[in-house]
Amino acid sequence: MKFYMMHLMPYADLDLDYDKKYNSAWITLPNSYYDPKKGAKLYNRYLDELEYADQLGFDGICVNEHHQNAYGLMPQPGVMAGALARRTKKVKIAILGRALPLLNNPVTVAEEFAMVDNITEGRFIAGFVRGIGAEYHAWSVNPANSHDRFHEAHDLIIRAWTETGPFKFEGKHYQFEYVNLWPRPYQNDPHPPVWIPSQGSSETIDWASHPDRKYTYLQTFTPVAMLAKYMKMYKEKAEEQGYEATEDQLGWSVPLYVAETDEIARREAREHIENFLNKFLRMPKEMLLPPGYLSLKSMMGVMKAKSSIGMKQTIDDVIDKGMFICGSPETVRSKLEEYQKEIGFGHLLTLLQFGTLPAELTRKNMEIYANEVMPYLRDKTGSAKAAAE
Amino acid sequence: MSHRETMETINGCRTRVMRKGRGEPLLFLHGAAGASAWLPFMETLSEKYDLIVPEHPGFGGSDTPDWLDNIGDLAYFYLDLIDHFDMAQVHLVGTSLGGWIAAEMATRSCSRINTLTLVAPAGIHVKGVEKGDMFMWSPEETTRNLFHNQEIAASVPEPADEEELKVVLKNKLMTAKLGWNPRMHNPDLRKWLHRINVPTLIIWGDDDKLLPPAYGPAYRDLIPNSRLEVFSECGHLPHVEKAGEFTARVSQFIEGAA
Repeated sequence: MKFYMMHLMPYADLDLDYDKKYNSAWITLPNSYYDPKKGAKLYNRYLDELEYADQLGFDGICVNEHHQNAYGLMPQPGVMAGALARRTKKVKIAILGRALPLLNNPVTVAEEFAMVDNITEGRFIAGFVRGIGAEYHAWSVNPANSHDRFHEAHDLIIRAWTETGPFKFEGKHYQFEYVNLWPRPYQNDPHPPVWIPSQGSSETIDWASHPDRKYTYLQTFTPVAMLAKYMKMYKEKAEEQGYEATEDQLGWSVPLYVAETDEIARREAREHIENFLNKFLRMPKEMLLPPGYLSLKSMMGVMKAKSSIGMKQTIDDVIDKGMFICGSPETVRSKLEEYQKEIGFGHLLTLLQFGTLPAELTRKNMEIYANEVMPYLRDKTGSAKAAAE
Repeated sequence: MSHRETMETINGCRTRVMRKGRGEPLLFLHGAAGASAWLPFMETLSEKYDLIVPEHPGFGGSDTPDWLDNIGDLAYFYLDLIDHFDMAQVHLVGTSLGGWIAAEMATRSCSRINTLTLVAPAGIHVKGVEKGDMFMWSPEETTRNLFHNQEIAASVPEPADEEELKVVLKNKLMTAKLGWNPRMHNPDLRKWLHRINVPTLIIWGDDDKLLPPAYGPAYRDLIPNSRLEVFSECGHLPHVEKAGEFTARVSQFIEGAA
């Protein structure tokens, strides 16, 4: 198993009373709530944290993309990847955006990703997403065309990376007379690894697991029971299509806090994870799920389910569901070992800073995780694999 | 006698059509909420006209055809529908999204259109006048914001079952496809509204929170032979909220234009 540090780079200095006046930390929250003096400090602190992950022996660091919100300050994640490319030496750098349907010109992402791949000499992982529903409000992009544009932009980027240019691209949403990528990606066998982050979708799994792609499917912030369900679905899809999915095709992204004891971990994390859940993630259903973002069938399911969107969540809720791993090194080790054994993911992305978690606690969390959890799991999962072979 | 309901295949699209009445044909084009039910104003209009109420492709009981990408596609579709029913001329009435379609049809050709009635039509953008964001409103806010009279708003039923909910979601999806961006308008439409050469009545509610009444004069100034009627104490749906006044005004206009 490989270990990654994921960052959302929230605006941790947010006035948490904003919700007395506004119903979301996204789209409609005035940007007068953002103080550039504080924001500048946060950016540099967060970049330092990701660089520290390199020194602590993580396999990779991950940035992502969200627009017009206090939840994550990386509307252009390529800027972060660029800043990290030269300051890190060993880690892979994963950009777990870009939201392809938002793009007017997908070639810009083919170019940007190829540049990061060249500068890092192949330490780059590409992420393609549709983005969450709020992005379609933020960028005024039609959510009803989201699936179509995702597939077309994806096809264009992969062709730009793998075909000798110039070639013509004739799509419904995108048309180009000349596609001829300079630079070509550094990883050219056949192209940089592609990860597909998702909150769980059988359509996405069908597509990602196709033998032509075999992309790494990354389950993000969902209960562990859902994680198990979707990972199983991926493996079954692979089998139906005549191959066995490897661990390398399955990843999990989860917030995690580890401290000296269970009690200390809960006490230190509580306020910050609850801010993450109730303040930073806060948005109404109309913002999260604009029409067309989900298929009619999936949307019916959402409307029927008693949704937890907008409900206050506590640290206990998310720990119980396995959406947040929290405890002593022993607790965290045994949970992760159990889940890994049961579910068989090969990439573990941990969100070690969340909500308002301050710098000192973030560093402590990273250190205990890197020193007391990662080595143990590396041995365990490594030896299990060796024994199986 | 109640209205008839048929499925018509036009341009490969199975289209649900409600129809009742005798007299000159009146084609009614519904707004974003669709036309599932036969409403009181339809009954009144059918006493004087051969009233035809299709559900747009992509809405309610009609198919969603592969060719449907934008409002222009629906404008051509409805010009085809007039051919399909072999009607020499129609009185064309459209509300909101349907008003936008009607305006797009009339800029393309008025040869089969007798009169045009636009009821709080979408379709143009007026700089500096803020519209409501129907995609950000919750279902409860939407109902409240569509009406002036909150007693009527409070009596609007929620989807009764899964089938009705499905129709609501389907209509919303197609409304987004047609009007998400540019938001509920076609930047090119205003350039060609001068081509409309039939008598045109524009109706607006003075308390329209979705498309504010300031849109009325803008539309009126762009269509040569048009006049604007503003209904007082009325929201975005004059045909529902002020059904009596609406049907009387439409008949009067059509008779006056004859």
